[in-house]
Order: sequence, then C-alpha cells, then structure tokens
Amino acid sequence: MHVPDGFIDAPVSVAAGVAAAGAVAVSLRGARRELEDSAAPLAGLVAAFIFAVQMLNFPVAAGTSGHLLGGALAAILVGPYTGVLCVSVVLLMQGVLFADGGLTALGVNVMNMAVVTVVVAYAVFRGLVKVLPKTRRSVTAAAFTGALLSVPGAAVMFTLFYAVGGTTDVPLGKVFTAMVGVHVLIGIGEAVITAATVGAVLAVRPDLVHGARGLSTPLKLRVGGELVDAPAAAAPVAPVAGPRSTRPVWITGLVTALVLAGFVSYYASASPDGLEKVAADKGIDRNERGHAAAGSPLADYSVKDVPDTRLSGGLAGVIGVGATVAVGTGIFWMVRRRRADELTATSTSVAG
Amino acid sequence: MGAGHTHKLYRHGHSAVHALPPQCKLAAAFAFVVVVVSTPREAVWAFALYAVLLAAVAAAARIPAGFLLRRLLIEVPFVAFAVLMPFVAQGERVGVLGVSLSVSGLWGAWNVLAKGTLGVAASVLLASTTELRALLLGMQRLKLPPLLVQIATFMIRYGDVITGELRRMSIARRSRGFEARGVRHWGVLAKTAGSLFIRSYERGERVYLAMVSRGYTGSMPVIDDIAASRAQWAHAAVLPVTALAVCLMGWTL
Repeated sequence: MHVPDGFIDAPVSVAAGVAAAGAVAVSLRGARRELEDSAAPLAGLVAAFIFAVQMLNFPVAAGTSGHLLGGALAAILVGPYTGVLCVSVVLLMQGVLFADGGLTALGVNVMNMAVVTVVVAYAVFRGLVKVLPKTRRSVTAAAFTGALLSVPGAAVMFTLFYAVGGTTDVPLGKVFTAMVGVHVLIGIGEAVITAATVGAVLAVRPDLVHGARGLSTPLKLRVGGELVDAPAAAAPVAPVAGPRSTRPVWITGLVTALVLAGFVSYYASASPDGLEKVAADKGIDRNERGHAAAGSPLADYSVKDVPDTRLSGGLAGVIGVGATVAVGTGIFWMVRRRRADELTATSTSVAG
Repeated sequence: MGAGHTHKLYRHGHSAVHALPPQCKLAAAFAFVVVVVSTPREAVWAFALYAVLLAAVAAAARIPAGFLLRRLLIEVPFVAFAVLMPFVAQGERVGVLGVSLSVSGLWGAWNVLAKGTLGVAASVLLASTTELRALLLGMQRLKLPPLLVQIATFMIRYGDVITGELRRMSIARRSRGFEARGVRHWGVLAKTAGSLFIRSYERGERVYLAMVSRGYTGSMPVIDDIAASRAQWAHAAVLPVTALAVCLMGWTL
C-alpha cells in the first residue's frame, strides 16, 4: 500500500504532508506522556520491532503470503501516540532509505498507514474494551475487531485521496471496490495475527499491553484476615500539561481542515469537466489542461454520476472535510481519554 | 551492527556527490521529486531529460548503472498496477494489437511509471551516496523535531539487532522441524511476534536506564555537527534547479 511518487498530484500531496506533519507533532507530545520521558529509546525500539515484524511473512495459501502492517498492533501494545509515531518513523525510513513509497507521497503514506490505521484500530479497540466484560479474552477480541477494521479504513482513506488528487482515470467506484475488497481480505489476516500476538504478550507480560492497562484488579490488602481495598492513592496531582494540551490539537485539526477544504474547493471551482472539454476541443491552454487532467477522476466521476459540477465539487468538499473532522475528532477523543488515563497513572506513580 | 556501521544500501566512495553535506542532498532530492511530480505528463521528453539528469548525478557519484537498476526493482508492484490501468480506465479507447485500451488509462500508466521510477531512482541515489548516520544528522539540520530524529536513530541502530533476533527465532523453529505452511501455523508466528515485542520493549527499557545512568536528560549531544557552506548548497541546487527549468519548459511548450 506504499503510494509511489506521481500517483497523487502535487497539491494534494502537499496538503497531506501538512496534515501528516500536524499528526506527527501531536503524537510527539502524546508519546512523551505515554512513555514517561523515556520516549526516544523505547519508541525507537518499538519502531525497530514494527520494522522487523513487517518482514515476518505469513503463508496464506499455496505460494502466497502476506505480512503484518503493524499499525493496529502498535496502537494496542504501546498506545495510539507512540503507535502513530513509530509507524511514521518506519515509513520515513522506508521512503528515504529503501525507496519504498515516494518522497512526495510521504504525507499520503503517513496519513493512510500510520494515522488512519492507528486511529481506527484504537478507537474501535477502546470502545469495545469499554463495552465488553473486563477479561483478557475480550481484550483479544477487541484487538481482532480493531485490526480488522483498520486496514479497510486505510483503504477508504486512500480512495479519498485518490478522489481528490488522483492522477489516473480509473473510475472512483472501481478503485473503491478494488481497494476495500482486497483490504478486507488483508484485514482478516492482520486481525487474526494481531489478536494472537496481543494474546501472546498478554499471557506473559500483561503490564506491557497499553490497551489492557485498565484490566489490572485494584490493589487489596489483607487486614486482620479479610481483604479490604487498599486506601486510594493521594489525590492526583493536577497535571501541569493537562489544560494546554488540547489547544494544539484543535488548531492542528482546524488548519488541516482548512488546507484540505481549500484544495478541494480549488478543484471544485476549476470546474474540471467543462474546461477539459474546451481544452480538448480547442487545445487552448496547456497550463489549464494540465490542471484539468490532474483532477480528472473527480471530473469523470462528476460527469458520470452527478451531472452538476458544482454539486459534485461540493460533495467532494464535504467528503474531504468530513474525513478531516472525523480524524480530528478521533485524535481529540483520544487525547481526552489519555488525560483521564494520565490521572490514574500519576496517582499510581505517586503511590509507588 | 558489525562491519563498519554502514548499511548495505550505502556504497562507499569519494566522489563530489558523496562529499556534499547530507542536508543539501536531502533537500535537493526532495525538491527534485516535487518538481518531477508537478510536471505535466504530456511532456514526455521532459521525463527523458530528468532521467538524463539523474544519470549524470549517478555518473558523478560513480554509481554503476547495474547497481542502480537492481535497486529499482523495488518498484515492481507499482508496475503491475500501472500495467492494469489501460484496461480498467474509462474514456476514449484505442485498439493496440487487437486489444482495446483506454487512452487516458495509458496516460495514467505512463504518468505513474515515469514519476514513480524517477522518484525511486532519486531516493536510491540519495541512500547509496549518504551514510545512515549522516542522513539522520542531515534531517536534524533540516529542523525535523529532535525527538523524531532520535527515534529514527534508535530504530536504525537497533533495527539489525531486532531483525537478527527474529532470524534466530526462525532458525530455532526450523531446526525443530517447523515449517509455516498455511493459516494453521499463524499462531506460532504470532507468538514469535509477541515474544519479539517483549524482547524489544525490555531492551528499550534497559537502553533507556543505561543512558540515564550516563547522564541522558532527553537530548543527545551533537558531537559531529556538519555545517554546509553556501557553495555546497549551490552545488546541491544544480539538480533541482535544472529540473525546474525543464519543468517550466514542459508547462510552456
């Protein structure tokens, strides 16, 4: 799923790059809290783990094999921020060193494979863990479902990028069907192996699984022959970093939405089909034709299914902003969750 | 981590390209790819010129063509995708050897193939003329967040260790007669991944404690700083600026 250079046109690549940079900045902050200052060595080793685990080939049937993407696994094992960060670092290194995934498509790749997989997997995982009974089995089941949905989620995001800035003329419906179809299959493999891996770690070192931290039973003391709850830890110290942590998230989300919406509306107002037709008929302005050709999938889509270009452009805009808001809200929701977790973490560290 | 701390992608040499500071090379490669991606696909000759430019850089760096071409093989999956495109794309169709192909699909395939190949070639040149450590230093000089660079450093530094651990586990499994043949064996492989995670995480904790006991407070001391002179930036800028000229010609002609 590594997108090469030239697959998504330059403006959308730049917009995705800005969004990805914002997401990485937010994760850098979050990872510092998740890993309690030891961010660099631990996150680096986890990134090396993801890099290695991607080399682990799983035979599917005669002759074919797949490998883990690792986004969902990282999110559940080390937390969403560290997960985004580690997968992004892996993608960066793959792009620069191994030429796997284009340099200009780095933003698109990070958004698809790091941000969307981690956010989808972690949101689903946390939701399920909250609903299901607090047992190890339900953690494994939640890991399965999170990983299962994360891979098609990335495929949907890829299709969105393609709809806005794809450079080829394959109809959107076909791309969507092919991408999501294939990735649902990949998702099943990813889900089975992620769940089994999380289960294996849970069996040996349950304390290392970030997503299962709520599972630990409260400390009980045996006082005079009967079990009583240990006294609650000292009132949690108000975290200094707490109140200011949401503002950058909001600003990042807003800027991302604005940038994306700006590019989308640019395409909408360029009214691709009319211009394309004129340019093709008369061969007037090559500059303009280049732009129209770059936006052609959207153009074709709008010509085929939605006759009014404004309407279809508006639809594309709504899809784009909707996706951005969804991602932004997901990140915001996790920040809030993390803060709640942090309170308990602080109290335990005070106690210990 | 043995053998001179270089990665196998790096090709040792003493050319002018090797000698350029890494941040200049990173910026130049990135700018070059941006220019290539924003070139109109109808300007076929422009892509030929870009290829000539990259070949010139490879010649200046004394990278043999065979080495470069072998490394380009990473692109094969996209080639398969691009080959499919003329068959599924819409629009005006043209018959080639009795097969009906979409014209815009052919353009799309050409677009992805040309730009993708040039992008891969640029990254391959960058990685084969720049040492890993220098690349990371260059990223730091280009104002990437220091924490991100540190994480990347650790990932690279321990990547081989972790991969080696995975390989030893695989050898241990195979020497006991295990062979992963299908879905039934996924459980074993998942346990491998699980224990690899535990080992990596615990190693991370040990490394962190070792660093703290040696005075680590969150930032790494920079002992081999590399500054780039104006002339070096100018040398590195030759590639993207020439490419930009070609790109502008592609837009106007």
